[in-house]
Amino acid sequence: MKEFTYARAETLDDAAGQLDETARVIAGGTNLLDLMKLQVMAPEKVVDITRLPDLSEISAEGEGLRIGALVTNSQLAEDHRVRSLYPVLSRAILAGASGQIRNKATTGGNLLQRTRCPYFYDPAMACNKRDPGAGCAAKEGVGRMLAVFGVSDDCLAAHPSDMAVGLRALDAEVEVRSPDSSTRRLKLDELYRLPGDRPDLETTLAVDEIITAVVLPAPEKGAVQAYRKVRDRASYAFALVSVAGNVTLTDGKIARAKLAYGGVAPKPWTNAKVEEMLVGQAPDEALFRKAAEALTADATPHSDNAFKLPMLRRTLIAVLREATGLADASPGTDKTKDAA
Amino acid sequence: MTETFRMDKAQARLLDETGQGVIGTPMDRPDGPQKVSGRARYAADGTPEGTAHGVLVRATITKGKVAAIHADSISDLPGVIGVVSGPEFIRNPAQGMANAAPVQPGTRVDYHGQPIALVVGESFEAARDGALRLKVDFEAEAGADVDPDTASEVETGDPSAVGDWDSAFDGAAFKVDREFTTAAQVAAAMEPHAAIAEWQGDKLLLRSSLQMLRFNKNEIADSLGIPAENVQILAPFVGGGFGSKLGIGPDAVAAAQAARELGRPVRVVMPRQAVFDSILRRTETTQRVRFAADADGKLRAVGHDDRVSNLWEEGFAEPTSSCSQFLYGADALRFQQSLARNHRTPTGSVRAPGEAVGMLTFEAALDELAEQLDIDPVELRLKNLPDTHPMTGQAFSSRGLAECLRRGAEEFGWSARGKPGARREGDWFIGVGMASAGRPNMLIQASARVRLEAGGATVETDMTDIGTGTYAIFAQIAGEMLGLSADRVTVRLGDTDLPGASGSGGSFGASSSGSAVFLAARKIRAKLAEAMGCDADELTLQDGIARGGNREMAISDLVQSEIVEEAQIEAGKTAESHFSAGYGAHFVEVAVHAWTGEVRVRRMLGIMDIGRVLNEKTARSQAVGGMVWGLGAALTEEISHDPRTGHIVTRDLANYHVASHADVPAQMEVSFLDNRDDEANPMQSRGVGELGISGAGAAVFNAIHNACGVRLYDFPATPDKVIAGLEALGL
Ligand SMILES: Cc1cc2nc3c(=O)[nH]c(=O)nc-3n(C[C@H](O)[C@H](O)[C@H](O)COP(=O)(O)OP(=O)(O)OC[C@H]3O[C@@H](n4cnc5c(N)ncnc54)[C@H](O)[C@@H]3O)c2cc1C
Ligand code: SF4
Repeated sequence: MKEFTYARAETLDDAAGQLDETARVIAGGTNLLDLMKLQVMAPEKVVDITRLPDLSEISAEGEGLRIGALVTNSQLAEDHRVRSLYPVLSRAILAGASGQIRNKATTGGNLLQRTRCPYFYDPAMACNKRDPGAGCAAKEGVGRMLAVFGVSDDCLAAHPSDMAVGLRALDAEVEVRSPDSSTRRLKLDELYRLPGDRPDLETTLAVDEIITAVVLPAPEKGAVQAYRKVRDRASYAFALVSVAGNVTLTDGKIARAKLAYGGVAPKPWTNAKVEEMLVGQAPDEALFRKAAEALTADATPHSDNAFKLPMLRRTLIAVLREATGLADASPGTDKTKDAA
Repeated sequence: MTETFRMDKAQARLLDETGQGVIGTPMDRPDGPQKVSGRARYAADGTPEGTAHGVLVRATITKGKVAAIHADSISDLPGVIGVVSGPEFIRNPAQGMANAAPVQPGTRVDYHGQPIALVVGESFEAARDGALRLKVDFEAEAGADVDPDTASEVETGDPSAVGDWDSAFDGAAFKVDREFTTAAQVAAAMEPHAAIAEWQGDKLLLRSSLQMLRFNKNEIADSLGIPAENVQILAPFVGGGFGSKLGIGPDAVAAAQAARELGRPVRVVMPRQAVFDSILRRTETTQRVRFAADADGKLRAVGHDDRVSNLWEEGFAEPTSSCSQFLYGADALRFQQSLARNHRTPTGSVRAPGEAVGMLTFEAALDELAEQLDIDPVELRLKNLPDTHPMTGQAFSSRGLAECLRRGAEEFGWSARGKPGARREGDWFIGVGMASAGRPNMLIQASARVRLEAGGATVETDMTDIGTGTYAIFAQIAGEMLGLSADRVTVRLGDTDLPGASGSGGSFGASSSGSAVFLAARKIRAKLAEAMGCDADELTLQDGIARGGNREMAISDLVQSEIVEEAQIEAGKTAESHFSAGYGAHFVEVAVHAWTGEVRVRRMLGIMDIGRVLNEKTARSQAVGGMVWGLGAALTEEISHDPRTGHIVTRDLANYHVASHADVPAQMEVSFLDNRDDEANPMQSRGVGELGISGAGAAVFNAIHNACGVRLYDFPATPDKVIAGLEALGL
């Protein structure tokens, strides 16, 4: 760890005022501190936002829910409204990290956690994300965990968050506060950038912007939601692939299908074509196979992770089978309760 | 000098005659409360006044030399004291029982990750900052071999064989001939390697996390160029070793050297990444397993060839086929090993070296043979148990493999097993598998001292407790022999000023060092018998009372002054006349997801024959721990090396996947045969620490096949490989 100064922000204005290129917000610290110990990140100033008022609550907003940026992953996953109305979010969070880490990790921090590409973590290896222009050691290196969609020649890293994949399937928005005290709301797709030739820039946030909340729209009644994460051990491992599904059947046909994919792209991935193929159709394994093929058609895998394509296709089929009743629902698949 | 007891002939089963009734019981560890309350002192705990902190710096080239270390590049950093390096630095830990310094390469670099210097600071944080920022110039040599598959230097040994292998194999009607690969693994002990070194004049006091102090003392003395009598090592508690702490490590040598140069104590704790980088790991292997049999299942030929790797100048080669050489009989057997040299983190003993990888493939191939023959896998094994060692012709000491197989099949409900793919629950295929277990048993030279006073007894030896239960077992052995409850026995371990024991390794610790305790106590019994005026075999000692020669007396009255006896044991003629090994059978049920290829183990049963059980609880923990390792080898554990540098890429516990709680089934059962091994040692016990691994992963693999019909030949069975197998079957 390099020496840094520490400031505890008392108000949002205060926090925003202290942020610049050389500073970083610290929330749970479960990602930032690890990276600082390895000197992968070395902010000169750390601004502690954990004492800010009003960011630790989950409250109703219209028909939906507003989740403060400091709500911990454990708190969010166990909230009864989330469990009954947005179960895919609970399931996604609980599929990530460990109980201890989830107790510390926050909603904002989870969204902005950085990639787990092993070369990003090793300062002896070239990495464009850590050191723009240095090159990408992963390209010709070990690539099991890398992405297969949305990558560039300069960076192939995947976004590791499970929670964000669940949020994507729920069409959540992120509330961001700018230093001029104005707030704006971003779809997750607008929050994350693809790497292009600047993999160090991961989001569209300015250095002095702070995430204040995540907002969930009104839940879809009677939807079946599922999160399925395939990984190298049963727990406490990052996704090889994951699929979040939020599917509504009406009169035996798929009325609505929101699907998001994790472990495969620099951000929670979606594919509108796949959803269009499904909507209006009666659930059927052949249909699911066709949709799955369409999903992976334009993937660009690394030589070590071409396995993610069949794995993603099969995981999508498994989720769709359970969500549409073609297979018995296993733990991880829930029907939403009606909103109270 | 204490005279040495040689194990030349079977000894009376004294522990079956003594009446205390503590031996074998599932007694809790006396050190448990200290451990769970944080009072147990591990290597890096209890920093002495004035301690400086060191962090190792690694080489970031694969091969070449260190041209310059620019200490001035960090001299301005607050809290940084300086940089220590030099000819004392060791390239990697000593191999187990080396008893001398490992390679000391000077400025030469042999692998990416090699420790080359130590940055010392006033705090750990300052030292780590300095270590990450230190500027080092390397002269790299191109073209280093980093891949064992393409290595240019391969040493191939002569085959060890009996019988006319080619004709036995060629002439048989049924054959399996498969190539397997197994992934490189690490020990991943919870406590990282650590040392605190402190000099008093020319005497070194070293606290370090080590398994075999009698050897480690010589290894560090040799590394530093000082006489061994000037070294005292303390390791009263060790947070897991699994082979990775058999030999002295770079942390200890660097701490000692820095403390000598600085004239103050130095503490070096290796961060997890450094443990991955430079601590001996388990080799990856390529193995060819061949079986040939008649239609009735009689084995005609057994072959097991393997290719392992290591760095140059390391004498260790994973003994992959060790168990394959004595488990089953055949007309002909043949074993051959190749060792590829490469510039990767060197390999060494990791829990159950040999069996841990050899039994994965051997027992998986045998399952395939059983399928081909359409014979039950348990039957096939029972049909081929030899009467004598198939390679050496030695008699076996007690050998409960058949009973383990039969009892396991019965308790598990093996007869309900169906054909592959026959059982399904929703999208999950369910299947069962089994495998045998075996592990050679050794008796290693060991000494111990026992003191008996009016108030109780004390056991003293430099033996270690690496989490295995040595404190408990020695209290039980001495208590049983001296008629004392275990809480009246104090056990002192992990101090080289005490009699030198076997150390913890090769599953021989409890039985070898425990036998020294037993023998020292037996000498005390002789003295007590004399005091009672009776023959030693007339004497009974129980609950503090001595009985014999029609007299009864409190032991505390009998012991006027402290009785001190020391004993040393070493292997003798029984090790030549008889082949001693632990045996077992594993039965496993798994679920395989038909779409995602995930494998979940639903239950595991292990039946083990370890001779006399010294403590049923610690033995069970060892067996269960071993079975979890087997599960990990089958499903999750894998080191990845960078294809260009050979450096370990999966170098923390988030990316190197030991089995998590969720991987381990709730139903995890172990039971032991009530057996005795008369030729093993005077206690008739055998090792248990590594036996649980042997074969366990193969049983998981065999269950995967029974579940869904997929046969894999590449360990571990991560979901990608299972999916590829399912798709190849059109599933
Ligand atoms: C061993 C391990 C395993 C893990 N496994 C998983 C897994 O399987 N799945 C998974 O999804 N995650 C996993 N995680 C990651 C974990 O979810 C994240 O570390 C955690 O969510 C980060 O939250 P935090 O509050 O601790 O963030 P911090 O570490 O405090 O911050 C992370 C980043 O976000 C920024 N930040 C934080 N809050 C805000 C805010 N309000 N506004 C603007 N910027 C902000 C910080 O500046 C920093 O750059 C794992 C972590 C570990 C250590
Ligand atoms: S893939 Fe991205 S994060 Fe990984 S080494 Fe390349 S540039 Fe760095």
